[in-house]
Amino acid sequence: MATGIKDKVAILGMGCSKFGERWDAGPEELMVEAYLEAMQDAGVEPTQIDAAWFATHIDEIGTGKGGTPLSLALRLPNIAVTRVENFCASGSEALRGAVYAVASGAADIALALGVEKLKDTGYGGLPVGNMGTLNPQWSPSGSAPGNFAQLASAYRAKHGVNKDDLKRAIAHVSVKSHANGAKNPKAHLRNEVSEEQVMGAPMIAEPLGLFDCCGVSDGAAAAIVTTPEIAKAMGKKDIVTVKAMQLSVSNGLESQHNSWDGSYFHTARIAAKKAYKEAGIDNPREQVSMMEVHDCFSITELVTMEDLFISPEGGAVKDVMDGFYDADGKVPCQIDGGLKCFGHPIGASGLRMAYEMYLQLQGRAGERQLPNPKIGMTHNLGGAPSQNVCSVTIIGAHGA
Amino acid sequence: MAQQTVGLTAYGGYIPRLRLQRKSIAQANAWVAPNFLGKGKGERSMANWDEDSVTMAVEAARDLLGPDDDRSHVDALYFGSTTMPFKDRLNSGIISAALTLESHVRAVDIASTQRAGTSALMQALSAVKAGEAKNALVLASDHRKTKAVTAQELDFGDGAAAVSVGTDNVIANYLGGASLTVDFVDHFRGDTEEFDYNWEERWIRDEGFSKIVPKAVKAALEKSGVSAGDIKHFILPCTFGMKFVQQLAKRSGIDPETARDTLAANCGETGAAHSLVMLVHTLQTEAKPGDKVLVLHFGGGCDALVFEVTDKIASQASKRGITGSLQNRAEETNYMKFLTFNGLVEWEKGMRAEQDKKTALTTLYRNEDMLMGLVGGRCTETGVVQFPRSRISVNPNNHTVDTQEPYKFAEKKAKILSWSADFLSFSMNPPNHYGMVVFDEGGRIMMDFTDVEPGTVDSGMEVKLVFRIKEFDDKRGFRRYFWKAVPIVSSEAKSQTGQAAE
Repeated sequence: MATGIKDKVAILGMGCSKFGERWDAGPEELMVEAYLEAMQDAGVEPTQIDAAWFATHIDEIGTGKGGTPLSLALRLPNIAVTRVENFCASGSEALRGAVYAVASGAADIALALGVEKLKDTGYGGLPVGNMGTLNPQWSPSGSAPGNFAQLASAYRAKHGVNKDDLKRAIAHVSVKSHANGAKNPKAHLRNEVSEEQVMGAPMIAEPLGLFDCCGVSDGAAAAIVTTPEIAKAMGKKDIVTVKAMQLSVSNGLESQHNSWDGSYFHTARIAAKKAYKEAGIDNPREQVSMMEVHDCFSITELVTMEDLFISPEGGAVKDVMDGFYDADGKVPCQIDGGLKCFGHPIGASGLRMAYEMYLQLQGRAGERQLPNPKIGMTHNLGGAPSQNVCSVTIIGAHGA
Repeated sequence: MAQQTVGLTAYGGYIPRLRLQRKSIAQANAWVAPNFLGKGKGERSMANWDEDSVTMAVEAARDLLGPDDDRSHVDALYFGSTTMPFKDRLNSGIISAALTLESHVRAVDIASTQRAGTSALMQALSAVKAGEAKNALVLASDHRKTKAVTAQELDFGDGAAAVSVGTDNVIANYLGGASLTVDFVDHFRGDTEEFDYNWEERWIRDEGFSKIVPKAVKAALEKSGVSAGDIKHFILPCTFGMKFVQQLAKRSGIDPETARDTLAANCGETGAAHSLVMLVHTLQTEAKPGDKVLVLHFGGGCDALVFEVTDKIASQASKRGITGSLQNRAEETNYMKFLTFNGLVEWEKGMRAEQDKKTALTTLYRNEDMLMGLVGGRCTETGVVQFPRSRISVNPNNHTVDTQEPYKFAEKKAKILSWSADFLSFSMNPPNHYGMVVFDEGGRIMMDFTDVEPGTVDSGMEVKLVFRIKEFDDKRGFRRYFWKAVPIVSSEAKSQTGQAAE
């Protein structure tokens, strides 16, 4: 019986570049920006890093394939670099690799870094590409918003929510994230918006308007991990450890079997249950202090509140409208602005989520610091509702 | 040896639902061609952007064949068209795959003349008569392409018709026919050309139709042993007006009142398909058992066929045919949309449209029944149905291995589970509608929607499946086909107001 990852690995340092339309920077500069901050935070030398995990999703336009882009950009001392790719959850995947390496004893100190350079395509939104040779011959040639928007139609049908009420609830999701993002100097979008503005924005994919969609951003984020013992020996205080790391991947049930109703994430529920068990959490609504979830679209965040068992099934609309997830709510969500406003450089996003939870747990989140959080959760999703990978990671104060 | 009865055994039809208002064409072009203003009446059928002669032929054939999965009785397929999407790739082979016909079917493309449809029918009749085929499917279809600001643009329409030829349950006996071959070049389309080059209409009418058609009529009547006075339905595609068609009938001793509707007002002339379109229309409306029908098609000479309707005609009452297709209409008043759909305008599609649409032909062939025929799998142990078929079953309770048999989805009832109208991804007809379609008898497919009435789509809505163009690969001249869902608006009779640009 596996004993799980709880408290076996500590975060020694983290870094995150400024996200946004970084016309000034290529992927190499973004990687260096996140790396130098993480190294300074960790207080280690490059020669102390035993192995690295490198996440990037769209290698065609960004960084290229393989582990070399990271090693070249950071001039790493010829150590192992493993390039990982798991859609938009690639950043969490890199962290998982580094954490597992340390937990296994194969590495004392490991680096996880994710990067994405999206703004070199010449157009807005995510780049379009083919998934193999069979998929494009039958799957709709749609877009991410078109795929995620379908959650809304199925959620409305299942819970009998009318169009306008759901539109307003998802608008509130974005309003809250904009309010948070405005306080984050590294965020891509730093403007506050009103519900009316969100609801009146141009339609992207029904019912998602422009403000229901996250930013398409350039950026990088990094983590350096080690064992709690080494961290202590290095004189670190307020040590943050990994409590749970779970990943659930679709096996075709949602897209091919009629037991899925289209209104939720099958994988998220599985990953969340396993993560709570691994972390020893039995009442997440009470025990989780804060979350960064994969709010690629407002509707994704809304249904995720139920998939993570924070809101009861069918209760997310009420919780959202009650401000339960606002900065001053019971479980603040997207306190750094989320994908919505911090931005979504795909390979970096999972690590960016962990970065905010880490800063909050160490009391270093500046203007947006929450009072005394103990447990932070990240939820990082890749793919589409009908076929995806979902990562749930829980971190917290060592011993919490 | 007794002469075996050979004839038509069933029919089907398909006219695309979009009906471009001729007024919109005439008014848009009045500044350059005021002479066409007088032709700005009625409507013409207009293929959606994802339809071509192959997809329309498939629809007509499905109407004929009905929802039964078993199509093994079809042993020959003759496809007549002058607008086939491929010069060298068996177009009837695409149709055969979409219809999931058996691979031993004899599939033939017949082209290069407006009488390709009737010639296809004659080939089928000969094959069945000779005993080389038992049940031959004849499809005629055209997606007519013209330059903008031409008389043809106003006269033509898009559409398809299907008839089957056999010896059992014959709805119209074939009594005989004749073909006249004359190299009369009223129009032509050179090998490298996209559009027809047309000669003077008066010459075509007076020297072509007036002289060639009566000869063919005479020969066919002689061969069939039917007298001119016995013809009850005179079917001749012709864009020179009903009066002229009636005169032609009269010139051959046939009652001018038997000249059947050329569907000029509400459909337009559908090219090589049109004689069969008119035949199916006639069989659905005016033909009675015992009636003798003369079917003609002019083009490089003239084909003429004589049939006698039987009392089995009643067996076809449930078919959509041409009358049902004509009823299912959506008015289109946007001439620019017509030009855009037909590739007559160079427009900015945006960078998203630059995505390479190269089709891996190896992959296409390896998954042929899935991609062309919408065939998935059914687990022989658990009965669970899925798309696509796989070695390990998707059934969450029992992942059986190598238990699946082919299962056809195309004719099954289905509903929308989830959907969106996407303005971001490239679409020839935005917003791009797609979603999860769930089948009543099991299985589901995330698929594109088409023929959508924007604003009416919602979860729970019923859909029907259609075979359409999925994507064009303009770089290589290829086009990819797959199946799409058409949401069924509960009151189908209700006509849609075209999305006018004004």
